[in-house]
Amino acid sequence: MSKQFQFKLVLLGLAIFLYCLSILNVYPGESAVGKSSLVLRFVKDQFDDYRESTIGAAFLTQTVTLEDQTTVKFEIWDTAGQERYKSLAPMYYRNANCAVVVYDITQSASLEKARNWIRELQRQADPSIVIALCGNKSDLSARRQVSQEEAKKYADEEGLMWGETSAKTGEGVSDIFTAIAKKLPLTAPPTARASAARGTTGARSGVDLNKQPADQNQNEPCNC
Amino acid sequence: MDEEYDVIVLGTGLTECVLSGLLSKEGKKVLHMDRNDYYGGDSASLNLTQLYRKFRPGQEPPSELGRDRDYAVDLIPKFIIASGELTQILVHTDVTRYLEFKQIAGSFVYREGKISKVPSTEMEAVRSPLMGLFEKRRAKKFFEFLQSWKDEDPTTHQGINLDRDTMKTVYEKFGLEAGTQDFIGHAMALYLDDDYITKPARATYERIVLYTSSMARYGKSPYIYPLYGLGELPQSFARLSAIYGGTYMLDKPIDEIVTDGEGKFIGVRSGAETVKARQVIGDPSYFGAGKATEGKVRVVDEGKVVRAICVLKHPIPETEDADSCQIIIPQNQVGRRNDIYIAMVSSTHNVCSKGIYIAIVSTIVETDKPELEIAPGLKLLGPIHDKRVVILTNYMPSLTRPSL
Ligand SMILES: Cc1cc2nc3c(=O)[nH]c(=O)nc-3n(C[C@H](O)[C@H](O)[C@H](O)COP(=O)(O)OP(=O)(O)OC[C@H]3O[C@@H](n4cnc5c(N)ncnc54)[C@H](O)[C@@H]3O)c2cc1C
Ligand SMILES: Nc1nc2c(ncn2[C@@H]2O[C@H](COP(=O)(O)OP(=O)(O)OP(=O)(O)O)[C@@H](O)[C@H]2O)c(=O)[nH]1
Ligand SMILES: [Mg+2]
Repeated sequence: MSKQFQFKLVLLGLAIFLYCLSILNVYPGESAVGKSSLVLRFVKDQFDDYRESTIGAAFLTQTVTLEDQTTVKFEIWDTAGQERYKSLAPMYYRNANCAVVVYDITQSASLEKARNWIRELQRQADPSIVIALCGNKSDLSARRQVSQEEAKKYADEEGLMWGETSAKTGEGVSDIFTAIAKKLPLTAPPTARASAARGTTGARSGVDLNKQPADQNQNEPCNC
Repeated sequence: MDEEYDVIVLGTGLTECVLSGLLSKEGKKVLHMDRNDYYGGDSASLNLTQLYRKFRPGQEPPSELGRDRDYAVDLIPKFIIASGELTQILVHTDVTRYLEFKQIAGSFVYREGKISKVPSTEMEAVRSPLMGLFEKRRAKKFFEFLQSWKDEDPTTHQGINLDRDTMKTVYEKFGLEAGTQDFIGHAMALYLDDDYITKPARATYERIVLYTSSMARYGKSPYIYPLYGLGELPQSFARLSAIYGGTYMLDKPIDEIVTDGEGKFIGVRSGAETVKARQVIGDPSYFGAGKATEGKVRVVDEGKVVRAICVLKHPIPETEDADSCQIIIPQNQVGRRNDIYIAMVSSTHNVCSKGIYIAIVSTIVETDKPELEIAPGLKLLGPIHDKRVVILTNYMPSLTRPSL
């Protein structure tokens, strides 16, 4: 029998202009590491050279099917650019089962920033969170600034998964998500709360705000 | 200075974040800044590190309290009334998808030295010690009257005109005792003082209906509360804003609201830089609140609130070991003008470690010894493990202008 599991995944990464900017110069996201592109490739198998920063997309979902027919559904929370000025809300990593921290292999500063995010996750996220370090833009290896050895060594030291991807060509993208799916503890029903909130996983412990108020006539209010 | 925004929002409190979310969604270009490195402003929920940094700088949180990340201690208590306006905003803007809510287990009211549960079912009402047998019958008639009220059907009005007759008239018509009036006006209509009694009954009627329909909605109490604390609310609206292109900058000192010769808003200065926008919105602390004023007075003092954030190692006594509750102490019961509120949450709501309970006791300040004013509330908590007292001033804009 096939089983379905659902997980919340957050993408963190650096828009490399993070350092050098004053509050005035909000550049368009062309020097960004490619989180949204990676999601777009994974979810829709598309790539767009000129896409705007993530606008209007709350979160996307994609399902990975493993060899034993277990399906793992990812609910992907892109950061909507909030991390650009180090202003990511802690809400993102609450209950996140996995996090993909993305750097740009053509920008060594972006790996530095990725390390900061990883430290933050190790401190604040659930200890069981699966963290993958992902070097994006592997198609631009001619301009490579971060060697595979360096990144891999760091990932090993911290016990992270690691892989390189190209959102542009699609290389490595499904591999990294599949590897994460395999690493997740597929035993207990996960608690991705956002999915619960939208009622996609049936049972939920909390209350459903979208539920219509009880019918006044059948359900007598307090009659003190 | 090429970058110009439609709106700059200062402070990430709930109101500011709701506005930022709605404005971004409308297509406005929003820059949202906060001087703190966390979301929520005065209504943030803090982890232990942040809590100690704020109240006891230089002191480390004791390890017996458990893990830092398990804490989200609210600075301002607020339970969300299930059928109220905030719930509608949450549903309407669809931020409910980022949040999970749980019920508050019970709502209690203080009367003659004891606390009793506000009945949530007819059975509880029949057994409630809040009223004697005859008073219960009178109260039942009163609630039946409210419940059957239809504006368009005069036969349901029993000679009462909600828009003309005062609440006093209504109470008298049903012969309700003073203690019952306290209970209805304060524990159900949630009035903080007794001014409502001499006003037309309509508003009170509506608040009681809101309370009872909220109570009916999920069962245990009329209140719901977000997992991980109230600070999740502003964060969810901030996310809404960011998804629609809002730019977020925390940890950004705001040094000046820059205006032109005529006092018209130009922009906001941080350090040596000024960022321009057509409009600015913010909480009072960004408009000179609490500072010695030189030049323009933009906000005025509207009175103070005192709160004690208490760490307990047990549920509040006499609350049936509720994992969360509200206790209202109506002002008359303790000889005050304003009610005292207690709001308690615990690890059920993912705001602290197991075995810890966080209770906030608050009231509107009436004397120059605010801490003494909350003593009747503190007394109900049992042994208090740790306590932080905060006194905050409420501010209002000094002039009201049509905005947006
Ligand atoms: C001193 C005080 C303590 C309160 N404590 C609680 C509590 O513990 N639990 C609870 O459910 N409700 C509490 N309330 C009531 C609550 O804050 C709301 O007023 C009520 O839930 C109605 O919500 P609203 O959204 O209509 O009003 P809002 O628009 O939220 O608030 C109305 C007015 O009350 C002020 N206010 C809001 N919240 C507080 C607060 N916690 N402390 C002080 N002033 C506040 C606001 O600045 C505003 O002027 C308290 C109110 C006061 C004044
Ligand atoms: N060559 C190449 N370009 C890429 C790749 N992935 C993303 N890009 C480009 O990098 C830029 C930034 O990509 P985004 O996906 O917007 O990056 P982001 O990390 O989501 O950025 P923010 O949302 O602004 O934080 C875009 O111009 C993309 O086209 C890749 O694998 N190869
Ligand atoms: Mg993006």
